[in-house]
Amino acid sequence: MSAQDATPDAMKNPEPGGAASLVRGFGEGGGVLAILERQGGAWHRVSLETLAAAKQMAAAMNAPASAAVFGDASSGLGGGLGGGLHRVWAVQHELLARYTPDAFTSAGEQLIRQASPEIVLLPHTYQVRDFAPKLATRFGQALISDSTGFRVEAGGPVFVRQLFQGKLNADVRPSGAGPHFASIQAGAFRAEEALAGESPVETFSPSLDAAAIRTRPGEPFREAERAVDLTAAEIIVSVGRGIREKDNIAIVEELAKALGAELAASRPICDNGWLPMERQVGSSGQTVAPKVYIAVGISGAIQHLVGMKGSKTIVAINKDPDAPIFEVADYGIAGDLFEVVPALVEAVRKVRP
Amino acid sequence: MKIIVCIRQVPVRDSQLRVDATGAWIDESDLSFEINEPDAYALEEALQLREKHGGEVVVVCAGPARATQTIREALAKGADRAIHVEIENVQRWDTLSLAGVLADAIRAEQPDLIATGLQSDDLGYGQTGVVLAELLGLPHATIVMQVETTDRGIRVKRELENGWFQHVEMPLPALLTIQSGINKLRYATLMGIKRAKTKEIRTVQPAGTADAPRAAIVRVYAPLKSKQTEMLDGTPREAAAKLVEKLRFEARVL
Repeated sequence: MSAQDATPDAMKNPEPGGAASLVRGFGEGGGVLAILERQGGAWHRVSLETLAAAKQMAAAMNAPASAAVFGDASSGLGGGLGGGLHRVWAVQHELLARYTPDAFTSAGEQLIRQASPEIVLLPHTYQVRDFAPKLATRFGQALISDSTGFRVEAGGPVFVRQLFQGKLNADVRPSGAGPHFASIQAGAFRAEEALAGESPVETFSPSLDAAAIRTRPGEPFREAERAVDLTAAEIIVSVGRGIREKDNIAIVEELAKALGAELAASRPICDNGWLPMERQVGSSGQTVAPKVYIAVGISGAIQHLVGMKGSKTIVAINKDPDAPIFEVADYGIAGDLFEVVPALVEAVRKVRP
Repeated sequence: MKIIVCIRQVPVRDSQLRVDATGAWIDESDLSFEINEPDAYALEEALQLREKHGGEVVVVCAGPARATQTIREALAKGADRAIHVEIENVQRWDTLSLAGVLADAIRAEQPDLIATGLQSDDLGYGQTGVVLAELLGLPHATIVMQVETTDRGIRVKRELENGWFQHVEMPLPALLTIQSGINKLRYATLMGIKRAKTKEIRTVQPAGTADAPRAAIVRVYAPLKSKQTEMLDGTPREAAAKLVEKLRFEARVL
């Protein structure tokens, strides 16, 4: 895979077998293929949600569901996904032991040409965001990323996605010959409670060349040990962009103090250095599920919601009554946080001096 | 180092959005537009790399005529020149077609590095950069938090999930998608704004079209609420009192 021949084959010359794959029987192709991710020796949570999505889609299309996982021979691939799958592809090669976009894309391309699914679903993880657009491009397709749902119309799926950081939804329909590619947002589907039984596992050995892998990945690492563990807090008061200036953080800090709560923030606050990164809640920060989560001036972009929507009670204070945060809130106050928060501090102090 | 920065123009963050008469996009008539925030961080990173290593920063933007305002702002912040790929209705272009017209505009420039934001705040597909890298045959890294040059290329710090990071090395030319917060954004100076007026914006008409997208937005609508939210109304004082009641007797944390 040198720079010269990186132009997607499907764009250069449409594969002659492409049309034929549509009329093949299910035994030889078609259906829904879920390409799943493992993390730290276990299935990534979103992988199991994506597996559930793939099974539902296959059932609605009256087609088989399959799964695939990449790794080296040592990782015991393919087990633990339960029954009901046409096949689990254990895609094995020593160059897949550590993730690189070049190796994963090439392995995925070879597998999809062999399995010829109609639909390829992937979990919308950071790793998938790194290689799935490249993989779809190899087939001359556009990945429908970060989908939150789907329905089947006229035998094919229509995907639901969020626009404008969750303010609006859109239905997105793939067109033309497949395979069509989509990734599934964290938390959008419920993983099956118990995965009983086993599905047949088949080993697939892609041909990969170490010289074609252009990036050299290092070991994953964490910055210094976390001094703040937000996951232990009973109450969290979290602040977002609505606070406008660093000096205004004190207003929310006062509320946290009055409630005996931990102070947290959405990403932009930490990006600006107004609060340390270790207080960030969301996909790149901590995932929390306290008894009460109070979101102050947070609009509720999905990157934040995935980190807190498991909280028992969610309170949102925001001046925009249409802010997406109200979609997950149990209690909402649509108002100016600079008026509401001081009033709340006063009311809390009356019962908890 | 010659650096291309791909930027996108999106509605201002706090815009009130309404679905338009077609039902398949938003009414843009009363909106103001600005640079997509992650792209602003990509631009800043490119400007800082140029300050360290010398070279040139070229901004590339695909969008309608109104995008020139955002392009001028990027030039005012310090980009050297710009290429405006003139297309209407950016939302109708699927990610592969859009990356295709960007690739066509960039290819002849032969940059050492291409940088863009990790995702757009309007469509949020988060993949234009990766598709562009594939079309141009370049190695890439996504969600980048730090960029250093080495004697064999670059070394970047990638953000992984849940507070993990990773260093990745690669040769140049390469493409990076930049995470928000990687640097501190600069403001345009008066001198910068003045200079921007004389900088080159080359307008190109793309070869492709959006007529047969591989993925098309067929309907746009307000999301359904997943929870029954109880709105606490009244004056701030009244709403605060109601919330304290809820925290005491429903959530039982006070």
